[in-house]
Amino acid sequence: MLLTYQGRGYELQAGESVLDGLARHGVTLPAACRAGVCHSCLLRAESGDPGEGGRDLLKATLAASGYFLACLAHPVTDMTVAPAADDMITPAVLLRRRWLAAGVLAVWLRPARPVPFRAGQHLTLSRDGGVARTYSLANLPAEAARHGMEFHLRVYPGGAMSGWLASARPGAAIGLGIPNGECFYLPGRPTGPLLLAGTGTGVGPLAAIARDALRQGHTGPVVMVAGAAAASRVYWRCDPLNGRSGGPGIRWRTCLLSRGEDIAEVVTSEYARLAGSPAARAYLCGGAGSVARARRALFLAGMSLRSIQADAFLPMAPAS
Amino acid sequence: MATQASIFDRLGGAPAVAGATEVFYRKVLADPRLCRYFDGVDMDRQIAKQTAFLTMALGGPNSYTGRDLRTAHASLAGLSDEHVDLVIGHLAETLRELGVGEDDIAAAGAVAASVRDDVLNR
Repeated sequence: MLLTYQGRGYELQAGESVLDGLARHGVTLPAACRAGVCHSCLLRAESGDPGEGGRDLLKATLAASGYFLACLAHPVTDMTVAPAADDMITPAVLLRRRWLAAGVLAVWLRPARPVPFRAGQHLTLSRDGGVARTYSLANLPAEAARHGMEFHLRVYPGGAMSGWLASARPGAAIGLGIPNGECFYLPGRPTGPLLLAGTGTGVGPLAAIARDALRQGHTGPVVMVAGAAAASRVYWRCDPLNGRSGGPGIRWRTCLLSRGEDIAEVVTSEYARLAGSPAARAYLCGGAGSVARARRALFLAGMSLRSIQADAFLPMAPAS
Repeated sequence: MATQASIFDRLGGAPAVAGATEVFYRKVLADPRLCRYFDGVDMDRQIAKQTAFLTMALGGPNSYTGRDLRTAHASLAGLSDEHVDLVIGHLAETLRELGVGEDDIAAAGAVAASVRDDVLNR
């Protein structure tokens, strides 16, 4: 299969994705998850068919406009492809940042034009040098319009994005991808319980979802399970999110590994406290292992998979 | 012979089978002899496959092929007739809970059993 990219032709081997094929020829596209989540390797087909795989995880509107994900695309014909149009990346600047706890940083970014999103969705930040990482939004659209779009990130020493943000100056340029993900509140069952459970920096976006639900008139019980390795890692206690959101409508509960607590057991017992209500909805956000175990536990406890929205944070995937 | 509506149709078609699939998948996942085969599996994708499996077993419209089944199960070490029997048992129990008659349950089990060799890669 012949792939033409920016005027040059590259031969793809059988079974090779567009991303891997280009990399083998020395053409490196931004890429983080290699699993169709971060959308940082988005390309546009000018001719040819990228196959189903590259389009499965895209919004239908994007797929219909010729976009596809290079990491999952195995073309079925020769193709000519182009980088995603400039309007897929919105330029933004760093407004401010604040340490929420050891190793956890909040940043607020101001996009050059409005970026529509729903509280709890994620998008990919990109900076010079092709570095791209996906983070979840931790505030509401109305707040973002006033104060900037808020993200909570775990800072890794030497982290290509998190380490850079930890020392970047206000005004630093950064690109914003298109918000996506299905972990957000939809009105319609305002009296049904909401069970939100997350680990690490997954708690920020979940708190935003909970507040978004209350803002949209949700009246049912809201239970928030915040998982962390130990009490010292519970960053949201010093987060104003708690003060803004900790009204009578939200019951907070921690789940600490150091106390031997297990997220699967905690969500099961919280779901039981809600009497296994068929109107209950769950939102799960955080480390992939915890999210998978919590989802399985809730399903086994009787919750329909259709009532569980999950956003698993994937580790950076090494180039294959 | 007069055309008889499939169990799939009599059960209520796709929406009913979607509900039945959750009951069935829950039984399979809760079975300690089977659950390890589902570790690390994306549950949303898995339930779509389970729905296709139930739809086939109940005589509904499906595009299940032996090749798909062979590919999907090829990497699962240690799969045996016992596992296939357990899955068919959970299918029967699911249908029983939904009020399906024993004749139909036997018929669905026979269709499910017809893919045994594909699943076990022989």
